[in-house]
Amino acid sequence: MSKLVNVKINGILVQVPEGTTILEAAKKLNIVIPTLCYHSDLSIAGNCRVCVVEVKNSKTLQPACAYPVAEGMEIYTNSQTVRQARKHIIELLLSEHDADCTRCYRNGRCELQNLAYEYAATENGNGFIKLINFKNYKKDFSSPSIVKDDTRCVKCQRCVRTCEELQGVSALTVAFKGEHLKISTFFDHPLLNVVCTNCGQCVSHCPTGALIEKTNIDEVLAAIDDPTKFVVVQTAPSTRVALGEWLGLEPGAIVVGKMVKALRLLGFDSVLDTDFSADLTIIEEGHELLNRLKKAILLKEKVALPMFTSCSPGWIKFIEHMYPDMLENLSTCKSPQQMFGAVAKTYYAQKIGVDPKNMVVVSIMPCTAKKFEANRPEMNSSGYQDVDYVLTTRELAKMIKQAGIDFTRLEESEYDSILGKSTGAGVIFGATGGVMEAALRTAYEVVTGKSVPFTNLNIQPVRGLDGIKEATIKIDGTKDEWKFLEGVELKVAIAHGLANAKKLIEAIRAGKVNYHFVEIMACPGGCLAGGGQPIPVDNEIRRKRMTSIYKIDENMPLRKSHENPEIIQLYQEFLKEPNGHLSHELLHTHYTPRKRY
Amino acid sequence: MEIKKLTKVNLIFGYTDVDYFKVLEDVIKKDPNSIINEIIDSGLKGRGGAGFPTGLKWKFAKEQVSDKKYVVCNADEGEPGTFKDREIIEKVPEKILVGMAICAYCIGADEGYIYLRGEYEYLAPQFEKKIEEFVNKLKTINFNFKITLYIGCGAYVCGEETALFESIEGRRGEARNKPPFPTVAGLFNKPTVINNVETFVYTTMICKLGVNEFKKYGTQDSRGSKVFSVSGDTLKPGIYELELGMKVKDFVEEFGDGDTKAVQIGGASGICIPRKDFDNVIIGFEGVPTGGSIMLFNSKRSMFNVLHNFLEFFCEESCGQCTPCRVGYQQLLKGIEAVKKGEKPASYLNELKKLALTMKIASKCGLGQSAANPFLSIVDNFIEEFIY
Repeated sequence: MSKLVNVKINGILVQVPEGTTILEAAKKLNIVIPTLCYHSDLSIAGNCRVCVVEVKNSKTLQPACAYPVAEGMEIYTNSQTVRQARKHIIELLLSEHDADCTRCYRNGRCELQNLAYEYAATENGNGFIKLINFKNYKKDFSSPSIVKDDTRCVKCQRCVRTCEELQGVSALTVAFKGEHLKISTFFDHPLLNVVCTNCGQCVSHCPTGALIEKTNIDEVLAAIDDPTKFVVVQTAPSTRVALGEWLGLEPGAIVVGKMVKALRLLGFDSVLDTDFSADLTIIEEGHELLNRLKKAILLKEKVALPMFTSCSPGWIKFIEHMYPDMLENLSTCKSPQQMFGAVAKTYYAQKIGVDPKNMVVVSIMPCTAKKFEANRPEMNSSGYQDVDYVLTTRELAKMIKQAGIDFTRLEESEYDSILGKSTGAGVIFGATGGVMEAALRTAYEVVTGKSVPFTNLNIQPVRGLDGIKEATIKIDGTKDEWKFLEGVELKVAIAHGLANAKKLIEAIRAGKVNYHFVEIMACPGGCLAGGGQPIPVDNEIRRKRMTSIYKIDENMPLRKSHENPEIIQLYQEFLKEPNGHLSHELLHTHYTPRKRY
Repeated sequence: MEIKKLTKVNLIFGYTDVDYFKVLEDVIKKDPNSIINEIIDSGLKGRGGAGFPTGLKWKFAKEQVSDKKYVVCNADEGEPGTFKDREIIEKVPEKILVGMAICAYCIGADEGYIYLRGEYEYLAPQFEKKIEEFVNKLKTINFNFKITLYIGCGAYVCGEETALFESIEGRRGEARNKPPFPTVAGLFNKPTVINNVETFVYTTMICKLGVNEFKKYGTQDSRGSKVFSVSGDTLKPGIYELELGMKVKDFVEEFGDGDTKAVQIGGASGICIPRKDFDNVIIGFEGVPTGGSIMLFNSKRSMFNVLHNFLEFFCEESCGQCTPCRVGYQQLLKGIEAVKKGEKPASYLNELKKLALTMKIASKCGLGQSAANPFLSIVDNFIEEFIY
């Protein structure tokens, strides 16, 4: 523990460890210092200067986010000088910003707008001249996931730091200097053509509307209004612990029943669950893993190990760009979203007697990369595009608000059947480590006939927010057909956030570590903090959503994918067997090697 | 206040027949602390413009415990109107290298960098040869000190010490947050002394001639002499080493063309002294400090154009990361244009002055912080040129 120092903030004494920033010290006194370029997930930039404060005996103001306190320091966070400087800074930002807020996706949820409100700063305050030259700014609509609008950019570089520090991708960089500075891509190429993984973490970390998802609300509403269309909606696991945040509820509020009800009120013909297809993924992926192990250990065939999970489309695009020589290691399983689409437009359409050409599958996803995934040319195994439209959790929140649904007072409703029932294993897909835990619950039982050897089925070593997690499970008491696995120590690892994924893969490639099975989620925390989830997000919010995910799991009557009665029914009536012929046609996919530039 | 007459000095370019390697050999027989104390005692302040006491800087770096330390020579001479480092590098490169080696010895560094302004690339081949010769010679006396010449890419902001480090490390030249200061965590996050070219030469000369010889020159606050780059409306533009502490009036009498209306001291980021103040202002740290640039303007010059030119320069050369500097300079530039054209009232200049003061206290580095220097001193003294 470092030395404690005494500092005074606005005349109030506070004791904090030496080196604490002024921002953190002020927080201890419940003094809020406004920030813009600061984000607790990221390194300190200190470039927006909104958080400047007065430090006694310092000739200049100091940025509270970057300035460390020292013994005896006296700080003023709200003096006339500070207020004037902040107001100037906010007005300067507004002068180079397209402040036509009513046209902006983030209207009402914009950090710059909030600051302008707090400081009564106006677009041409002090008579500042509007600097924005619309001719020179581009709006990049090339990506199916993300829209980049430079006219809304405040150059805080949060997106650049996110892309580099959290994701290790650096698709977004700073280009040019001075008045020409802008956030750009490699050679200013459109987002679609660069290494961007579509993860949307830049969107989650953007304080304004400069980076947003490409919205599909209008298309979905049109489909709902079209009487010839049967519109099916699926909801991803993590949406049910985050949606409420943009509808007046606390972070992590569990809103599964309200969400289902709201979707019905919005007019969807059938409200189904991606948790169901998460269970389906586990059956397919679990058997794929066991088959690979069988080939490697029993048949001594050459087979790519470790096997990587394939649920996270940001991760898929990442590995296609960065490690195209490792695509063999990816599970061939489609993600739960895509499995759902393929099953919906075949089995489900048949069952309910709807012509799949008139079926529209919409997904509610915590993710922007899912939009790209749904549009991949290979995702049409039903004969149609398997998933037609992807909405982020945020887009759904907007639709619910617009529809005049009082979400906080909404009664609860249940998913339709079939394709609506799920287990606790499905819902934990929403948290980092969840796919691993769900897969182990099933695979272990397939092999041994017994439950995983963890109290209450909770595989604690794979849970939590550590960037890279590892676990070893000894397989004990195998059934006859799996005898070759007797005594094998199954080694698994989990990474979330692509920067962590990169670290893990580099270690695997260097031969420093060895695993059988590796789960990777593109976004830090997993889907619960995906690029399509309500903003803001930080570790405190991640933890709350995560707690809720595991709470839902604990309270489910069934917690293993293979016990899901609808899954059993699906195999009996349609798919016949895991990794069988029909499964391969509908539920598995292939990948595309891509270049880095 | 102590005032000196205008006196030409010849420490930097003089004493050419001295074997400076021998000076180094003699110096490193002494205890590093005693050398640092001599530099502190000499009163030498950094010659790049900011004027931090050189000896103290070395002392701070020496006190740091680290497996690695660096000595960096800032040769990114980019301030408009200064061209003296170029001459020093061409004429007396060995004095620079000896100064760096003395510093390395004092603080315990084994590696040095010279960051050369991009536009001076043509100096590199000759300079590199000198460096190689010097480093080889160091090996003969078992003095372990490697020097790398790093050529900048032309950004003005890279003359700011932490932006310079970023540039050497291969990133965008953008100033860092301070603290930590370079003596604690500088280049590659290691304790670093970074000094201007001229500063290193003075440390060599102090070691050669002794503290007392150096202290003979200058005033209490501005010890020694300084190399000035004189340009503008003068009959004798060029490089002159002068004793610090003279009045602007004496300077104008020597270099002016008889019609000098204003003197810009310290380049585009410096301060403009109008004729009425020539007799009241001293060139030195107690008055107007300078990295060496002095521009003279006669009555034919439009001070609006002068400021306009400076502001255009800053709009282009701001690194762009921090709001007050990136947007502030654009507002100042567009603002004076609007006043000049009559699109904004004269009173708008007051708003701009307030903005310049915000830039001074809220910008991240010296580039934005110096906005108020030229802006206030030119607008206040020549307001008629802006509103008519």
